[in-house]
Amino acid sequence: MMSSDSETSVLNTTEKPTEKPTEKPVAKPAAESVQLPAFEKSISEKIVEKFNDKVKIAFVKKDRIKIDVDKENVHDVAEFIRDGLNYDHVESVSGVDYPQDKEIEVVYHIGSYTDPSLSRQILALSTRAQREENPIPGNDATKLPTLRDVFYSVEFHEREVFEMFGVFFDGHPDNRRLLLPEDWADLPPLRKDFAIKGR
Amino acid sequence: MTNELLPGLALQKVDERIMTLNVGPQHPGSGHMRIIVQIDGDYIVACDPDPGYVHRGEEKMAEYRNYILNIPHLERPVIHDSCNVLYPYVLGVEEILGIEVPERAKYVRIIASELNRCIYIMYWLAIYGIFLGHSTMFMWPAGDRELLIDLMEKMTGARVTHAHFVPGGVRNDLPPNFEDVCLRQVNYFEKRIKEYAAVFYDNPILISRTQDTGVLSRQDAIKLGTTGSVLRASGVDYDLRIKEPYDAYDELDIHTNVMTEGDSYARSKIPWLDMIESCNIIRQALKKMPKSGSVRVKLKPNPKGKGFESVYKRVESGRGSLGYHIVSDAKPEPYRLKISVPSFRNLIALPYLLKGEKLGNMPSVYWSLNYWPVEADR
Repeated sequence: MMSSDSETSVLNTTEKPTEKPTEKPVAKPAAESVQLPAFEKSISEKIVEKFNDKVKIAFVKKDRIKIDVDKENVHDVAEFIRDGLNYDHVESVSGVDYPQDKEIEVVYHIGSYTDPSLSRQILALSTRAQREENPIPGNDATKLPTLRDVFYSVEFHEREVFEMFGVFFDGHPDNRRLLLPEDWADLPPLRKDFAIKGR
Repeated sequence: MTNELLPGLALQKVDERIMTLNVGPQHPGSGHMRIIVQIDGDYIVACDPDPGYVHRGEEKMAEYRNYILNIPHLERPVIHDSCNVLYPYVLGVEEILGIEVPERAKYVRIIASELNRCIYIMYWLAIYGIFLGHSTMFMWPAGDRELLIDLMEKMTGARVTHAHFVPGGVRNDLPPNFEDVCLRQVNYFEKRIKEYAAVFYDNPILISRTQDTGVLSRQDAIKLGTTGSVLRASGVDYDLRIKEPYDAYDELDIHTNVMTEGDSYARSKIPWLDMIESCNIIRQALKKMPKSGSVRVKLKPNPKGKGFESVYKRVESGRGSLGYHIVSDAKPEPYRLKISVPSFRNLIALPYLLKGEKLGNMPSVYWSLNYWPVEADR
C-alpha cells in the first residue's frame, strides 16, 4: 500500500505535488514546507475571492482550514459556506478565552455529509466577541450573532458556549442554560479568570 | 443573571389539556438526565431535554494538567468506550508534538478500540433490551461482554478505564500469546451475537414496538448534524474510519452499515451490525499487524508544543464521530481543550423524534439514540 503510493507520486510529480509532504512523516516536514494542500487551498481561495479583506485565512493544513471573520460578517460568510461550498452541519462550537486580547473567540467546526469530496474536510470558522471584566451574561457587550438560522445543528452548542463563556447569541431562540446547575451565580466557568480552588 | 431563563423553572401558561411531566433525573428510564415532556393524553406535544446532572468539568480540568496527566480523566465520560474517547485526544497531541507512531502500535490501537466499541455496544444493548421489557436481551449481552472485557484486561490490565493510549503509541505491548486468544474469543463472540437476531431483532414484539416510531428523515438527520448510528440509520453513508481514516484504518477493508428507514428499529440494529463488522476488522488487524517491534515512542518529560497551534481531530467512536479541539500555546498544558461528543450532537434530535409520539414509546426512541448522558455532559 505504502510503496505503491510513493511510486505513483514519483510518476506524477507534476500533477500532485502536495501528496508528497503529507504522506509519511505527518507533522514535521508538512509544517516546514511552503507547499499548501491544493484542494484545501482552492476552498480558502473561493472564500477570499468572495469576501476579500473581510476574511483572514488563519491556516490551511491537510483537511483543515481555519478562517477568521469579524462578528459583523460572520453570518454572511456562514451562509456562503453553506450555499456556495456545500458544507451542511456544525460538528463542534468551542469558545476560547483570551483575557490578554480582551476577546472571546468562538470557533465553529463545520463539516459536510452530502458532498463526498468534502467528507474529510473540517472548516473552522472563527469569530471574536468583546470580553467584559465583570460579565453579566446576556446583559453586557459580549454578544455575537447566532448561526442557528444558517446551521440548525448549532442550537445546543451555542447554548453551551453562552453558559460556559457568557457569550450571548443574538437571535438564538433558546438562550437558556444547558449543563450548569440552576443556582449557578458565579463567573461563566470556562473563562480563564474562573480558577479551580487549590490550583 | 436576573433575566436568565432556566430549564423547567420558567413560568408557563397552564393549559388544561396539557400536562407537564418530568422524566428523570432519578428515573432509570432517562439515564442521568431529565426530559421534560408535555403530554396531551397519551401523546407527547413537546419535549425539552435537560442534561447536566453529571457535568464534571473535564474541559476545565484539562487546562490545569499536562498532556500526559490528562489521559486518565479524559476517558471518564464513557468508561465502557474509554479507548475511543481518548483516541482523538492522543492523535491531536501527536500532531502538536510532531510524533510519528510505530506501525505495530497503530494496529494495537485499532484492535483495542474495536474491542472497546463492542464492549460499549453490548452494554448499551443490554440497557436497550431491559427498557423494552426483554430481560433475556439484558442478560445475554451483559454476559457475553465479559469475553471481550477479559481480553482488554489481558491487554491493558484493567477491565474498564484502561488509560492504554498515550501520545506516541500505547502504554504496553501485547502479552504473549494474545493474538491466538483474541482470535478465538472474537470468533466465538461473533457466533454468539449472530444468535441475537433470532431472539431480539427478528422478534415480532420488538419490531412492533420500534418500527415506524421516531422516524428521522435523511434531510433532518443531516440538518440536525446527527452522527454515528443515528445518521447511518437515516441513510447517510458516513463513517470516519472510511471517510477520514486514521492510523492504519486505510489499510483494512471496512464496510459501513447503512439503513434507510430512520426509525427506532434501524437505529437499534445498526450498532449490532457494527459489532459484526468490528469482529471482521479485528481479524484483519491481527493478520496484518507486524509481529514484533516497538509500540511506543519515548517522550521527553513534560512534552509541550512548539508554538500557538489549534488542532481538530476526530474518530468514529461507538456512538459516532468524536472530536477534540485542542489549542496549545507552547506550555505543557493545553490552553483550551474542547470535546465534541456524539451524544451531545445526537441529543438535538430527541425533541424532534418525540413530538407526536406516544409516551409509552419514549424509552424505545430515547435509547435508540445511542445516548450516553455522562458523555454528553462531560
